[in-house]
Amino acid sequence: MTFRPTSAGLSSLEGKYMSAQIFKPQANGIFKIVPLIIALVAAGVVLALVGIDESPYITEVGVAKNQPVPFSHKHHVGELKIDCRYCHATVEKVAYAGYPATETCMSCHSQVWTNSPLLEPVRDSYVTGEPIAWNKIYELPDFVYFNHSIHVNKGVGCSTCHGRVDEMHLLAKNQPLYMGWCLDCHRNPEQYVRPQDQVFNMEWQPTANQAAEGARLVAEYHIRKEQLTNCYICHR
Amino acid sequence: MAQNTQPRRWNVARLTRLIWLPGLCLVLAACHLDMYQQPKGYPNDPSTFFPDGRLNRPPVPNTVAIGQFQSDPHFLQGTLADGSPATELPPNVKLDDRLLAYGRTRYEAFCMPCHGLVGDGQGIIAQRGPLTVPSLHQERLRTAPVGYFYGVITNGVGRMYGLASRVPPEDRWAIVAYVRALQLSQNASIDDVPPDQRGLIESGR
Ligand code: HEC
Ligand code: HEC
Ligand code: HEC
Ligand code: HEC
Ligand code: HEC
Ligand code: HEC
Repeated sequence: MTFRPTSAGLSSLEGKYMSAQIFKPQANGIFKIVPLIIALVAAGVVLALVGIDESPYITEVGVAKNQPVPFSHKHHVGELKIDCRYCHATVEKVAYAGYPATETCMSCHSQVWTNSPLLEPVRDSYVTGEPIAWNKIYELPDFVYFNHSIHVNKGVGCSTCHGRVDEMHLLAKNQPLYMGWCLDCHRNPEQYVRPQDQVFNMEWQPTANQAAEGARLVAEYHIRKEQLTNCYICHR
Repeated sequence: MAQNTQPRRWNVARLTRLIWLPGLCLVLAACHLDMYQQPKGYPNDPSTFFPDGRLNRPPVPNTVAIGQFQSDPHFLQGTLADGSPATELPPNVKLDDRLLAYGRTRYEAFCMPCHGLVGDGQGIIAQRGPLTVPSLHQERLRTAPVGYFYGVITNGVGRMYGLASRVPPEDRWAIVAYVRALQLSQNASIDDVPPDQRGLIESGR
């Protein structure tokens, strides 16, 4: 909708009406540019918010958290090759993998590295019975139900969800646990399931024929794919 | 589009009337977090209710949880009625290759770091540190009754801590069975191999 006085009007009506006009001729341009700027700024704000939301600042992906004891998975799992279950003993049996009891650390550290100052809180905890308060790294909202045992027993390995834990000194999140990520696998578990004896293997990688092998395992484990994307599976 | 004779008038007053619109949008955006953090407890959560600050409750001393009472000392303590170590697996544990395969996964998770892959006491922790671990293949242990091993896993012995809190009774029996199999395997002779399989060993496979 443009408003442009004709040249005839200009000459005859000049002086009488021009001064009464609210908008100068450049207003046309301004009215085109200002909405554009507003739209761009709005888009920029939205993009920035999305960016912040997806940045490690919010998702904590790759950001190691400080812990009361600088416990290193790289040391204990990568180098000493201790099985996950030695410390996360319940992972195959119940919903929670859980954190090791102080006693579990002490089963070794009452004998090895007994003088390490880094282990002071562990020894104190063992004597006083006061638990060590680990900072949680992976945490789902309370309206999501998750269960370790079903995944571990159906050939979903730790490293598929938690990444190469054996290469992390201080543990960090490997992905943000979005619903889309859960669903990606629940729609097509074939791409990720592995043989049962490889679940705790940190180095396992899908081979070239994962598609065929995965389909075979999904059938073997009786994975009920058709119902895995129902809302009530995770929101109950 | 119809010819507009009257130009549409945009003026400041008209625009200011729309200023509440973005504000209204903000009202629409809800930011409740009470579904994210519901007032319920999960294992390992901290607690402000209990004085020691943890939600996981340690069992009250000298009590047994409901449904966990079993009066079967053979299965639960590895002992016979007179308190001596049991010499057989409990009747509800069936010795077959599944039990041994399962026992192997347990052994490799819970015992191998110290006792080594074959039970020779050369696990990686033993190799690294000042901890010396005895071999499971000494004569005394090869002739010890199964209940003795069950007791060691449950209560520990000397410098070795018990694993009762991490390894449930049926898994302990699976480990015992596997340890027995390891002991046999380390002291086996060719006569223990069925005749039709001996060729495999002699051919170096
Ligand atoms: C020697 C004991 C030990 C072993 C073995 C071990 N962990 Fe852990 N794990 C811990 C401790 C202690 C913590 C808590 C401190 C931390 O987060 O680093 C933990 C935390 C974790 C967490 C983060 C939990 C959270 O806060 O959300 C994950 C995931 C994890 N471990 C996975 C594994 C996997 C996978 C393995 C096997 C490859 C493994 N762990 C082996 C002791 C162990
Ligand atoms: C199976 C035995 C074992 C268990 C269980 C174990 N550790 Fe260790 N840990 C070791 C060994 C061995 C070392 C020394 C590593 C080396 O030799 O490089 C070590 C080293 C450490 C160190 C480094 C000490 C230093 O001064 O550099 C810390 C910290 C530590 N462990 C914490 C823990 C905690 C916390 C737990 C319990 C969740 C735990 N460990 C459980 C065997 C164990
Ligand atoms: C399908 C994906 C998936 C697999 C496979 C998986 N985890 Fe987890 N893990 C999670 C999620 C999601 C959480 C957060 C749970 C919560 O907040 O309720 C978690 C939490 C944990 C925790 C923190 C304590 C807890 O129980 O909440 C530990 C420790 C852990 N996992 C260890 C392991 C180990 C060891 C394995 C392999 C045996 C494993 N996980 C396999 C997804 C997985
Ligand atoms: C890498 C693959 C994978 C990922 C990632 C994954 N799952 Fe699963 N999930 C499975 C498989 C496979 C099953 C077993 C289904 C069966 O047995 O029918 C399963 C089963 C479940 C079940 C039990 C279903 C039932 O029938 O009771 C729940 C609950 C669940 N998943 C929740 C989650 C949540 C929440 C997430 C994301 C945090 C997640 N899963 C991520 C593969 C995955
Ligand atoms: C495989 C598990 C799984 C299934 C199936 C699933 N969800 Fe979710 N859902 C999740 C997880 C995990 C989250 C938390 C995501 C996060 O924290 O960003 C979530 C979050 C949500 C949220 C909250 C989003 C937010 O950020 O506030 C809604 C709404 C939701 N899901 C609806 C649904 C509906 C509707 C369905 C069925 C069509 C469904 N979900 C099926 C795992 C699942
Ligand atoms: C943290 C290292 C460690 C772990 C893990 C461990 N042990 Fe031991 N074990 C030892 C040490 C050390 C001794 C020697 C104890 C002593 O005599 O002071 C021992 C001794 C034994 C003995 C011999 C007892 C005797 O009468 O001489 C048996 C049997 C045994 N362990 C079985 C097991 C089994 C089965 C497991 C797995 C469920 C296991 N151990 C796990 C360190 C360990």
